[in-house]
Amino acid sequence: MSDDKKRFGERLEQRGVSRRDFMKFCTIVSATMGLAPSFVPKIAEALASPQRPPVVWLSFAECTGCTEALLRTTYPWIDTLVLDILSLDYHETIMAPSGEAAEKSLHEAVTQHSGKFICVVDGSIPTADNGVYGMIGGKTFLEIAKEVCPKALAVLCVGTCSAYGGVPAMAPNPTGAKSIQEAVGVSTVNIPGCPPNPINMVGTIVNYLLFGKLPDVDQLGRPLFAYGKLVHDQCQRRSHFEMGEFAPSFQSDEAQRGFCLYELGCKGPETYNNCPSVKFNDGTSWPVEGGHPCIGCSEPNFWDKLSPFYKPL
Amino acid sequence: MGQRVVIDPITRIEGHLRIEVEVANGKVSNAWSSSTLFRGLEIMLKGRDPRDAQLITQRACGVCTYVHALASVRCVDDAVKITVPNNARIIRNLIHGAQFLHDHLVHFYHLHALDWVDIVSALQADPQKTAKIASEVSQAGMSGVNDFKDVQNRLKKFVESGQLGIFANGYWGSPAYKLPPEVNLLAASHYLQALRQQARTARMMAVFGAKNPHPQTLVVGGVTCATDLNAERIAEFKYLWQETMDFVNNVYVPDVVAVAGFYKDWGNIGGTTNFLAYGEFPQSEKEPDSNLFPRGAIFKRNIGQVAPVDIALIEEHVKHSWYEGDQALPPAKGETKPKYDGLDVEKRYSWMKAPRYNGEPMEVGPLARVLIAYGKGNEAAKKSVDGVLKQLGVPTEALFSTLGRTAARALETKIIGDAMEGWMMQLVENLKNGDNKIYQSFEMPDSGTGTGLNDVPRGALGHWIEIKDKKIGNYQLVVPSTWNLGPRCAAGKPGPVEEALIGTPVSDPKRPVEILRTVHSFDPCIACGVHVIDPQTNEIHKFRVV
Repeated sequence: MSDDKKRFGERLEQRGVSRRDFMKFCTIVSATMGLAPSFVPKIAEALASPQRPPVVWLSFAECTGCTEALLRTTYPWIDTLVLDILSLDYHETIMAPSGEAAEKSLHEAVTQHSGKFICVVDGSIPTADNGVYGMIGGKTFLEIAKEVCPKALAVLCVGTCSAYGGVPAMAPNPTGAKSIQEAVGVSTVNIPGCPPNPINMVGTIVNYLLFGKLPDVDQLGRPLFAYGKLVHDQCQRRSHFEMGEFAPSFQSDEAQRGFCLYELGCKGPETYNNCPSVKFNDGTSWPVEGGHPCIGCSEPNFWDKLSPFYKPL
Repeated sequence: MGQRVVIDPITRIEGHLRIEVEVANGKVSNAWSSSTLFRGLEIMLKGRDPRDAQLITQRACGVCTYVHALASVRCVDDAVKITVPNNARIIRNLIHGAQFLHDHLVHFYHLHALDWVDIVSALQADPQKTAKIASEVSQAGMSGVNDFKDVQNRLKKFVESGQLGIFANGYWGSPAYKLPPEVNLLAASHYLQALRQQARTARMMAVFGAKNPHPQTLVVGGVTCATDLNAERIAEFKYLWQETMDFVNNVYVPDVVAVAGFYKDWGNIGGTTNFLAYGEFPQSEKEPDSNLFPRGAIFKRNIGQVAPVDIALIEEHVKHSWYEGDQALPPAKGETKPKYDGLDVEKRYSWMKAPRYNGEPMEVGPLARVLIAYGKGNEAAKKSVDGVLKQLGVPTEALFSTLGRTAARALETKIIGDAMEGWMMQLVENLKNGDNKIYQSFEMPDSGTGTGLNDVPRGALGHWIEIKDKKIGNYQLVVPSTWNLGPRCAAGKPGPVEEALIGTPVSDPKRPVEILRTVHSFDPCIACGVHVIDPQTNEIHKFRVV
């Protein structure tokens, strides 16, 4: 056994975790991810390695809002996350090389760390007309996803687009946009939102990498720690809802008093997310606090199912 | 015949972009710009509630977040024929101003800087010398010898880990890089600081905008942040604004000037010919007359003659784009019928249409805004532009270049940031006088048309709506990056970036730093590998992944 693995084993034992327990962890993680049993030793190796875990970020039919959202993390700061904790080996928005040199980075990450890299995806995949509506380096998004995703240790979909289709899949879905799971056939952990709160993205990634534990997910693949409760059940204005105190207009005495936005179209009662609890941008605010109804952006097909957005439920 | 170089993907932009150039005698002799992603927002908008348009169009981009929502509400405000209350206009301007501050900071440090700065060279720097240079460049804190030693050690440790992440396979050591190691270390230190500052600057938008990215307090008729009109929230916004302006004044602007000093020859590279601005930041309900940045057009670099803008002269061409037909249409009558038949730079090669103004390609963005403001005698613009030209010792002609475009971005950040203080005070005055109106109610008409013209970080942005039976009948967006990075039109005139790239030196086609320098100066919002094509054999060297 190598020195690093020996030391890791010792550290685990000091904490009362036997090697058997550790391998059991990895088996559970692997099963939860729907991976074959052959992946178990690979997860064990990835977690025990002193190397920073490699991450490949693929961007498809997206607006880059999810990447920008991740940049807002302050626990840890983004520079700590991508330089000290992870090894972000491919991300088109911030990587230094372009073209062939960038393709080399992707190729190296996927082959050298095959089976060990985390694949994060934002944006959905257009599949109509052989996928010509989205291409990188002469290949379709679909081709790239089919080559890369199956080789990942895990696939994390950030944003409603990669998780469920999102904006490009909005009716009439002119490009045949699909979620990663649907287009590629790999099972994914989904962190939806438009964009998601970085607290939820980071919480999932760092929790998994530091503690070797995948968060429990709901039937839509969403971590329960973030998406286990309705927005409505965490909303600061809930008591107004219960008392029938509604704002009838954005310019009203009721609006100024922070009454419930149900009559202005709020979709909080049908939306699972933790926006009221953790808020955005270091706890600064969230839509209802800003006086605007929730639009349900972490729900699949919300663009069609929960619109018109100003029409009450 | 020259060598063809294809760069796909262009990284450090928003979206998916492919650039092909022809290189002859070490310089670019021809260029073609292709967007390789199509989503079809304009198709999806049809038949929906016009009030929802801003929520949907905001998702055109998460880097230029907010600006489409702003264009959309203004467009529909116009269609339903209302003027928003003063406070709504001020709050919309404040959030927009915050977006400029955030966007331009991130652009310079995290999208553009690596074209000018060699990170690996920073490892060779002398921290003591770096501290001395820093003290000559500005008053910024965190600029002592220990600060630079820390940054250098952090970079060393990172490189020694063998996992170079986003810095792997960069063009380090290219002869195109001209900064001494100490300036590279200074820039690297600021790159890291800016990564944290941007999170705090984005918080400004969340104070009145509920969250960033994708603020959610705009509506047709005004804004919704009724419970944020108080001293605490305004003070919170002001505190974050002050912190950001300290960074703009002490780090960003001095860095751009310092770096420019080593790249003065780039005052002759990357220029275009015509400029367009719709103008922005209305100071009263009189738009565009009260705009901080005026509306106007400049042709053939003639700053002294700023022409008025007639929207009827805008057409979008599809002759070289993947859409049906060849006709050029005004946006109000625009169609979006995608038709892909392969990438051929001689025929059709982009998902972008080619906007033209009176048949001419127009550069939009910071340089256009600053030149038009300068040409119209705007004091702040004249002072900052003349100041920087003097500091660098370069003539006015240097403005028409990649360097000019990059400097204009920094200068307008300061101009807008400085103006925001007055807007905050105006909001305070209104509230003190008992005016807390933020929303004007309206009736949705059965039919109507509206136009929303804005100037947002990347340039002139227009939204057009036609309402039919109270729903969206037609909706078209003409986006700044379409102006700047669109393909040829029916007359075969190249778009701005295609024109700007001509004459760009290429020291090494496999390390296309110079090409990226100019492409990135447009701050592209779109998206694209280097394939070297031998025109004799038509053989393409393909690099397969896996």
